[in-house]
Amino acid sequence: MKHLLSIEDLDQEAVESLLDRAESFAEVSKRDIKKVPALRGRTVVTLFYEASTRTSSSFELAAKRLSADVVSVKASGSSVEKGESLKDTVETLSAYDPASIIIRHPQAGAAQMLSGWVDAAIVNAGDGMHQHPSQALLDLFALRQRIGSIEGRKIWIVGDVLHSRVARSNIQAFSMMGAEVTIAGPPTLIPRGIEASGCEVRYSLDGIEEADVVYLLRMQRERMEESFVPSIREYARLFQVNSRRLNPRQLVMHPGPVNRGVEIGGDVIDSDRCLIADQVASGLAVRMAILFELLAHGGETHASAEGPVPIGEPA
Amino acid sequence: MNEVIDGLPEDGAENGGLPAPLVQRPGPEANLLIRGAELLDPAAGISGARDILIEGGSISRLAEAGTLEAADGVEVIEAEGLHVFPAFFDPHVHFRTPGQEYKEDLETGTRSAAAGGYAGVIAMANTSPPVSSPEQIEALRDRASHVASVPVGFTATVTTDMKGTELTEMAELREAGAVGFTDDGLPIASARILRRALQYQAMTGGRIALHEEDPELSGKGVMNEGVVSSELGLRGVPSISESTMIGRDAAIAGYEGGAIQIQHLSAIESIEQIRRAKEDGVDITCEVTPHHLCLTDEAVRDLDASKHKMNPPLRTESDRQALIEALIDGTIDCIATDHAPHAIHEKEVPYEAANMGVTGLETAFSSIYTELVLPGRITLDLLVEKLGSGGVPFGIEPFTLIEGSRANLCLVDLEAEWVVGEDGYESRSVNSWCAGETLRSRVLVTLADGQVAFRLRTFSLGVA
Repeated sequence: MKHLLSIEDLDQEAVESLLDRAESFAEVSKRDIKKVPALRGRTVVTLFYEASTRTSSSFELAAKRLSADVVSVKASGSSVEKGESLKDTVETLSAYDPASIIIRHPQAGAAQMLSGWVDAAIVNAGDGMHQHPSQALLDLFALRQRIGSIEGRKIWIVGDVLHSRVARSNIQAFSMMGAEVTIAGPPTLIPRGIEASGCEVRYSLDGIEEADVVYLLRMQRERMEESFVPSIREYARLFQVNSRRLNPRQLVMHPGPVNRGVEIGGDVIDSDRCLIADQVASGLAVRMAILFELLAHGGETHASAEGPVPIGEPA
Repeated sequence: MNEVIDGLPEDGAENGGLPAPLVQRPGPEANLLIRGAELLDPAAGISGARDILIEGGSISRLAEAGTLEAADGVEVIEAEGLHVFPAFFDPHVHFRTPGQEYKEDLETGTRSAAAGGYAGVIAMANTSPPVSSPEQIEALRDRASHVASVPVGFTATVTTDMKGTELTEMAELREAGAVGFTDDGLPIASARILRRALQYQAMTGGRIALHEEDPELSGKGVMNEGVVSSELGLRGVPSISESTMIGRDAAIAGYEGGAIQIQHLSAIESIEQIRRAKEDGVDITCEVTPHHLCLTDEAVRDLDASKHKMNPPLRTESDRQALIEALIDGTIDCIATDHAPHAIHEKEVPYEAANMGVTGLETAFSSIYTELVLPGRITLDLLVEKLGSGGVPFGIEPFTLIEGSRANLCLVDLEAEWVVGEDGYESRSVNSWCAGETLRSRVLVTLADGQVAFRLRTFSLGVA
């Protein structure tokens, strides 16, 4: 694995080994000294053209936990605002000889373009409505921690699939790991032809009781102005997942940030069945694992026998 | 419609009171003997190995292969195993003059056309500013008379500055030399405006070429709506965005008795609209591009905007097959490249941000020959005919190899293999949809209105 641009860059084995790696990093995070020297002396650039809290902070922290030097660039307040092109910005940053560039961009394919321009390992931290592979991987990790294998499990992805890069990565990731994926939402927010990706399509929550996991997507209020839904009120009535819709064994996930009372009932967020906090916690370990696999492990995907060694302990 | 013209009239000659439709720079008239080439002019019923003698820029003699000898001052090309076709005509190119000469200009654009075997092209009016006044037409024709290696015709916009609200002075534009009218690049959103233009056309002539899409349905779409757009997370342009507008405009043209050309047909539903309109007797013609005949939206998976982003977008395999069928059964009148050069910095950006359009003049014949003729999907005759018939909707007869005609022909090696872009392009831009592809067949020499407009460098060296 030279870059992480899309879930399609991985196979089941690569995902398993990455999640194994994340598990050992999750262990490290429980120790007093949370840092390992794996990327000491190497530079990681995070380049964010869109607002982000979870993804940018967890990638940054992941790189620091691996002892990398981190340069964080945000579009606002940078030369991007002066009209500098993506290519020129990236070539400028390349002068620092980064081992990796982690990029989020509002347009599909941006990460892929970078991989053609520079030598650094490129990590796609979200490109337009296309892909968000690290999110899918951390979701798989959170699920594995909670229920083990998802082989044969039924996962429903509910909401605005049309505008969601998370949905696209997760449909692929869940299917690859053997889950049966159903997507549900109003027809205006389900992309035409999505069933070709191997998922079933529903226009209601009827039958949601069969789901082992319900994965909710953020419903943006702007969608109403664009006539995708007539009102948020009606959307919530038809597609909100709350405790009345669920039985106790069903798990709920959400990539955040949530709209309480829109796509998700507050009662669900605060319940045990909700994995949102697990997802956030998984983000750090999984992103450490991604950077480790790309940079410290020579691009190979086999798990190292020794595992990471914390700073301060004999190597 | 305007009167049919064969080639270029002499200076000062007029076309029903209108200027000659095409303008080229003056140059030496060819004296050339092409010996032993396979001639193919399906419309004239010419086929087989012949010697073809060109004197003073006109085809003076066709004779059995190996029978003609060159007089002094006549260059000889030994062309056994090569093919000669009537030169091609492209009714849809973007030469970017005025205003965007960093992408292309009349000189590089016509060189690019000549390299593709073309001896005539029609330039679109969506320049910067758009061609909306008679003075602009005159200036463009003047410029072409100095730099165009291939005869060029110019269109004017239907609406002033393509704003879609007021008609241009169509009568004066025709008098200045506009061969037709188009807001290409944009649809004419208002049915009322199109109706008025078609009414007015009854007086002025000049076919109206239409870029058909409903902006309401296209929205911010950047590729075909379907399985691929769903997976890539790119906003889709549904096929009905094109077909519903064609339906509307064919109905208006039928009602008003107007003449319209539907540009760059891409979708199966659109073909149905054209068929119906033709059956109903509407004066409707249409074109298809090489890239829509050869590629589908599967190609967009590489997110390479330089090669695979254009409007209308590449559609599905069933659309592509339907376009091929429509070419074969005559529903589609001609092949047009929609040659749309863009600078590297406008293409080397994420797919959604990139400009739409690809270049196609230099590869039109070779790409379709490779993709459709070699596998037996269409005949060579059909390809030659459809690449040659692009001027007809604008009153310009196809070129021919008949004795006595002006020399408008291309010499082609069907066996040649080349990698597109390997040696650069004649065009100023590199956004060829074939870039890096290996194609079979190559244009070696093009004669345009009696002048040698193009010689492939390597080939010319071989002859010398």
